[in-house]
Amino acid sequence: MANSPDTGNPNLIAKAIKEGIFAGLLALGMFILFVGIETYQDISNALVWRTRWGLLAIFVAVAAIGRFLVVGFIKPHIDRRKLAKAKSGVLEISEEKGFLRTHFLKIALVALVLYPIVAVMLAGTQGSLKYVDNFGIQILIYVMLAWGLNIVVGLAGLLDLGYVAFYAVGAYSYALLSEHFGLSFWILLPLAGILAAMWGIILGFPVLRLRGDYLAIVTLAFGEIIRLVLINWTDVTKGTFGISGIPKASVFGIWSFDVGAANNFTKAFGLPMSSAYYKIFLFYVILALCLLTAYVTIRLRRMPIGRAWEALREDEIACRSLGINTVTTKLTAFAIGAMFGGFAGSFFATRQGFVSPESFVFLESAVILAIVVLGGMGSLTGIAIAAVVMVGGTELLREMSFLKLVFGPDFTPELYRMLLFGLAMIIVMLFKPRGFVGSREPTAFLKERKAIAGSFTKEGHG
Amino acid sequence: MAGEPLLNVQGVETYYGNIRALAGVDVVVNRGEIVSLIGANGAGKSTLMMTICGSPQARSGSVIFDGEDITRQPTHLIARRRISQSPEGRRIFPRMTVLENLQMGAGLDNLKYFKEDVEKIFTLFPRLKERQSQRGGTLSGGEQQMLSIGRALMARPKLLLLDEPSLGLAPLIVKSIFEAIKKLNQEEGLTVFLVEQNAFAALKLSDRGYVMVNGKVTMAGTGKELLANPEVRAAYLEGGRH
Repeated sequence: MANSPDTGNPNLIAKAIKEGIFAGLLALGMFILFVGIETYQDISNALVWRTRWGLLAIFVAVAAIGRFLVVGFIKPHIDRRKLAKAKSGVLEISEEKGFLRTHFLKIALVALVLYPIVAVMLAGTQGSLKYVDNFGIQILIYVMLAWGLNIVVGLAGLLDLGYVAFYAVGAYSYALLSEHFGLSFWILLPLAGILAAMWGIILGFPVLRLRGDYLAIVTLAFGEIIRLVLINWTDVTKGTFGISGIPKASVFGIWSFDVGAANNFTKAFGLPMSSAYYKIFLFYVILALCLLTAYVTIRLRRMPIGRAWEALREDEIACRSLGINTVTTKLTAFAIGAMFGGFAGSFFATRQGFVSPESFVFLESAVILAIVVLGGMGSLTGIAIAAVVMVGGTELLREMSFLKLVFGPDFTPELYRMLLFGLAMIIVMLFKPRGFVGSREPTAFLKERKAIAGSFTKEGHG
Repeated sequence: MAGEPLLNVQGVETYYGNIRALAGVDVVVNRGEIVSLIGANGAGKSTLMMTICGSPQARSGSVIFDGEDITRQPTHLIARRRISQSPEGRRIFPRMTVLENLQMGAGLDNLKYFKEDVEKIFTLFPRLKERQSQRGGTLSGGEQQMLSIGRALMARPKLLLLDEPSLGLAPLIVKSIFEAIKKLNQEEGLTVFLVEQNAFAALKLSDRGYVMVNGKVTMAGTGKELLANPEVRAAYLEGGRH
C-alpha cells in the first residue's frame, strides 16, 4: 500500500515501471514459443515455421502496461477507497442500498417480460429471432438448469458433476414419448420432470454415504452412463443420429405452430408467416419455467425441508443429532434438483426439434456447475447474473467480427470460449471468492430481515 | 436425588472396525440428575456419547432410554425421543445465522415453541441475543459453545448430552457455561449427562460421576466422593487441572 495518498508519488511510479517491465519480460518468456512462433504446412505438406513478432509484441505490451496501471493507479485507488470506508466506519451490513439495488428484481422481471417485444420493435420480426432465440432462450435454459443444480449443490451441498444426465432424461422423455404416443408438450413436461426426479432418486440411493470428492466422481460417472446408454441403445434412441422431428409445443393445445395446421397461430391472428412468433412463445414458456423454479426454491428454503438441506450442507452429523432424517433429505434434494433438470430438458427438446447425445456431454455439466459457483452458491440472483454473463458472453463472441481485424481473418472467437470461461472464473474467484452474490438471505428473524454481508465470514467457512 | 433411571446403559461394547473402544460400560442417569463422565484422552468418553446417539451403534449390550430400548435405532429417531446433544467440537452450522442455528434445534416441534424458547435461550446466554443475526462461523469459541448448547435446548430435551463443553475455552467462559447448566438443572429439572476432561469443574457441578479408563468404567460415586478420592485426585486433578 502506498505510504502517501498522492497519486504522483515518484516511488510508486518507479515501482510500477519496474513491475511493468518485469511483467513484460515474464510475458515474453511465456509466449515467445506459443505466440511468437507459428507452425503450418506448406504446399508440399511439409511442416515449416514462421515468426509472429507483431502479435507477440501485443501480448507483451498488454502484460507490461496492464501491470504498470494496476500497480501505479488501480491498486492505490482501491486501497484509498477501502481506507476511507474503514475510517468513516461504514460496514457493509448497514450500507444504504440505491434505488436500482432495492428494486433490482422487479426491474429485471419487467425487462425480461418486455424483452421480446423490444427485440421485435428494434430488429423487426425476423431480426428478433437472433436476440430472442440465441440470447434470450439460450440464457434462460441455463438459468433454469443452474437454479435446478443450485438446489443440489448450493443448498444441500452435494457436489453433482453429472447434472446433465437429468437434462438428457427430460429431453429424451419428451422426444420418445411424443414420438411413440403422440402426447403433447404440456402433458409430457410434468411427466419428464417426474421421470428425471425418479432418476434423481435412483442416483441418490447408492451415493447416500458419499460426500465431497467421492460423490463428485460417482455423479460424474452417472452422467457418462446415461450418455453412453443414449449412444448405444440404438433401437430406442437411434444412437448418435439422435431423434429429429420432435413436435413443437402448442399454446396449450389452442393454437399450433405447425405450418400446415388449421389452428396455426399466425393464421389465427392474421400475422405474416414467421418462426419468430414460435420463438417468442418459447421465450415466455422458459421464462415461466424459470420463475416456477425460483418460486419453488424460495418457498422450499423457508420450509423445514429447505432448512434441513442447508443444515445438511453445513454439518451432517449435527443434522442427525437434531432429528433430521438425512436419507430423505438428500433424496429429496436430488429428486427436486433433477426434476427441474427434466423440465429444462423437455423444453430443450421441443425448442431444438432434435436431440442427440452430443448435447449432453460432461462439458455441459461443467458449464452449469461453473455458473452456480460463479454466481454464488445458493443465490438465485447471482446465478442468473452468472448465466447471463457466461452464456450471453459466449454468444456475444460470435458477434465480434471486428476481432478479425485485430487478429487476422482466421480468428474465430468462438474457439476461445472456454479460455475466456476459465479466465473469467479465475478473476471472479480471486476478487469475489463467494461468487457474484456472496451474501445469503437468512430464513430466521425475530423482528427484521438483514442480509449477512460476505465480509462477516471467514474464508473457507462461507 | 434418587429419581427413576432415565438413561440406562448396560454392558455396552462398541467397536471401530476391529478396535474395541468400549468394553462393557454400565452407566445410569436418573431423572433430574447431572452426571459427569471423566477420563483421559482416548478413554472412550466421546464414543459412549456417540453410542447413546446410535452412531456408531453398540455391538452388544443395550441402551435403554425412558423405558425403551434405543440400541438399534437410527440417530435421527433417537434425537426425536428428545435426547439432545451438544457434540464434541460444537458442530454449529457456520454459514447460518445464530437464529437459524437455533431454529434447526426447534425443528422437532415444527417451530411451535420457537419464539418463547428463543427468549429463554437469550436470557440464559445474553451474548447470543447480541449476535442473533451474525453467522455462526464468526462467533468466538465460547459463543459457539453457547450456541451449540442453546441449539440442543431448543429441542426441549428430556436428556441433554454435553460433550466437552469446556474444550478450548477461557476459564471465565467455562464458569458461565457451567453456571447455566446448573441453573437449567435446578430450575427446570433438566437431566444432564456430561463428558469432561476438566474433571474438577465437572465433578463439582455433578450429582454423580463416573471415571472411565480404556473403555471401562473403573470408578463411580457422587461428585463429592470422587473429588475426595485420592486416586481420582492423583490421576485427574493434581496432575492437570485444565
